Amino acid sequence: MDNDKRRFLRLMGISTGLLAGSSLFGGMSSILKLGTKFNGDALASQGMEYGKFASDPKALKANRWAIAIDLRKFKTHDDYKRCIDACDNIHNIPVIPNNQEIKWIWEENYENAFPEQQNKYLEEELKDKPVLLLCNQCEYPPCVRVCPTGATFKRPDGIVMMDYHRCIGCRYCMAGCPYGSRSFNFQDPRPFIKHIDPEYPTRTKGVVEKCDFCIERLDKGLPPACVEASKGSIIFGDLSDTNSDIRKVLSNNFTVRRKPELGTQPNVFYII
Amino acid sequence: MIEKVFYGSKKYWAWVIFLIVLLGTCFHFYLMQFNEGLKITGLSRNVSWGLYIAQFTYLVGVAASAVMLVIPYYLHHYKAFSKMIILGEFMAIAAVTMCMLFIFVDLGQPTRVLNVLLYPQPHSIMFWDMTVLAGYLGLNLIIGWTTLEAERKNATPPSWVRPLIYLSVAWAISIHTVTAFLYAGLPGRPFWMSAIMAARFLASAFCAGPAILLLLVFLIQKVSKYAVGEEAVNALAKIITYAMSANVFFMLLEVFTAFYSHIPDEMNSFKYLYYGIDGQHALVPFMWTSAGLGLLSLALLIPPSLRNNKKLLPFALAALVMSTWIDKGLGLIVAGFIPNPFDKITEYLPTFPEIMIAVGVYTIGVFILTILWKVAISVKEKSTT
Repeated sequence: MDNDKRRFLRLMGISTGLLAGSSLFGGMSSILKLGTKFNGDALASQGMEYGKFASDPKALKANRWAIAIDLRKFKTHDDYKRCIDACDNIHNIPVIPNNQEIKWIWEENYENAFPEQQNKYLEEELKDKPVLLLCNQCEYPPCVRVCPTGATFKRPDGIVMMDYHRCIGCRYCMAGCPYGSRSFNFQDPRPFIKHIDPEYPTRTKGVVEKCDFCIERLDKGLPPACVEASKGSIIFGDLSDTNSDIRKVLSNNFTVRRKPELGTQPNVFYII
Repeated sequence: MIEKVFYGSKKYWAWVIFLIVLLGTCFHFYLMQFNEGLKITGLSRNVSWGLYIAQFTYLVGVAASAVMLVIPYYLHHYKAFSKMIILGEFMAIAAVTMCMLFIFVDLGQPTRVLNVLLYPQPHSIMFWDMTVLAGYLGLNLIIGWTTLEAERKNATPPSWVRPLIYLSVAWAISIHTVTAFLYAGLPGRPFWMSAIMAARFLASAFCAGPAILLLLVFLIQKVSKYAVGEEAVNALAKIITYAMSANVFFMLLEVFTAFYSHIPDEMNSFKYLYYGIDGQHALVPFMWTSAGLGLLSLALLIPPSLRNNKKLLPFALAALVMSTWIDKGLGLIVAGFIPNPFDKITEYLPTFPEIMIAVGVYTIGVFILTILWKVAISVKEKSTT
């Protein structure tokens, strides 16, 4: 190769490098600019109010959310159905007619809900008494421990959440959950939803889902849907607040939790 | 060295083309699963892992078993394994690749698989399993390729390979230990929550893996002039016998703890597997077949006169592989979910598309194995003549 050619190539190389560098710099600076757009000062300068996007002042806040289900008050089939339907309807829960179903809150017989309480001579009334089951929002959730992507995580207020956009569908959380509280979308759920509520996202195939104590309602200052529909049979509140309804109910009644021996510290209590 | 892949007999090419056609057929079923979701499998809300994860578990063992050649050859300088060691290392590469693919085909959202790297969660055992499997794949690729290359050049392998070989011994143990931890640390699955799980996994791996290797070696000796030597075969058969005995022993320890303690949670999965519960017994015929074949393999392997009988050995090994495959590649994972947390039984059997996808992953494994062994055997044949 002669000298001219070599010099030409070198020049080309340098100028390409410079070009790439400057465009990279340009890209970076535009990203940084984009960043400033979102801070408060920039909003103010555009005539928008500071704090306009802050959370609703009515939003319910707690250090440890929990519920107590007073099974004594569940008498008719309708008492259960009301709570389940309230949840199913607002969360776009599909009705899938086989064992690949989706369940957030459902009924199970007493002996299936508390299988470790084996008792042949169980009180007649309890034998066929259904128990409402849902995610226990554990203090030490095994599902969160095993999740390889952080798609399921615990919020500071104790609610165990799902990020449907990060979940890779490995179903390790389903193996990890000792309460069978999790469901997997084996298929696109949308064709199985009777009436899609546009207020709440539907899920896609291939992700896991479960009850999340209606975080979307808490943010608006409303209790979970099942609590509202139960008309006082399900008590909801903050365990860290000694004056809360739930603390009063727990100190005045004998309550049980599912599989306490596993040390997950469930935050769903039952009054039998 | 890789050019050896392109020179082969008509039989070799026919085999390669057969594998590609089979893979294409199976890929069709994967596309079906990709489009429709895992609903095409026999999995359910209650039995949420099945054939794929069980194959993954089994193949981690096959991969780890290369160490049964590495320890005698590199740590004890047992030269009889010199013609087999590379085959074991390369089989480990094919097995680890299949492991990763089985995890991949099991995912509900396979396009998001890199989230495992983007958001690493060190508290998840799956993160560590991914790490050790990727590391083991790398180690075997480097070690296998470098030592083979050295042999081709009639040189001694570079000295930096040695520390990697020692590392690979510990690493092989780690991959199957971590895989056992995936299951053994789950609070709500009493069938899996056993401290002996990792030991049991290693024992079954160290018999099943070398047994598969020997069967493949017999096949190679039929279709090519390559021979590993009788001493190597006898020595490996002895290792297999010890490992299988340990495997059966560990399994019986589990049975004792479950049934003598008489704790229902501990007994239920065993009862389901071997007797069925409430008339649900889909896996019972498989499990008794496994038990029968396992005992048969021991009966044919323990007496030296039978073990060294080259006509009987392939049958003994095939019985052993079938037995351990049913036990670990079917029963172990499924029974962990039965009964479910509500003490109810949901049965599981894989569907046809699910089986075809599994066959597809195995086809990729066999393809990789064919290519790697072709290179290894071509190099070895040249260096000995």
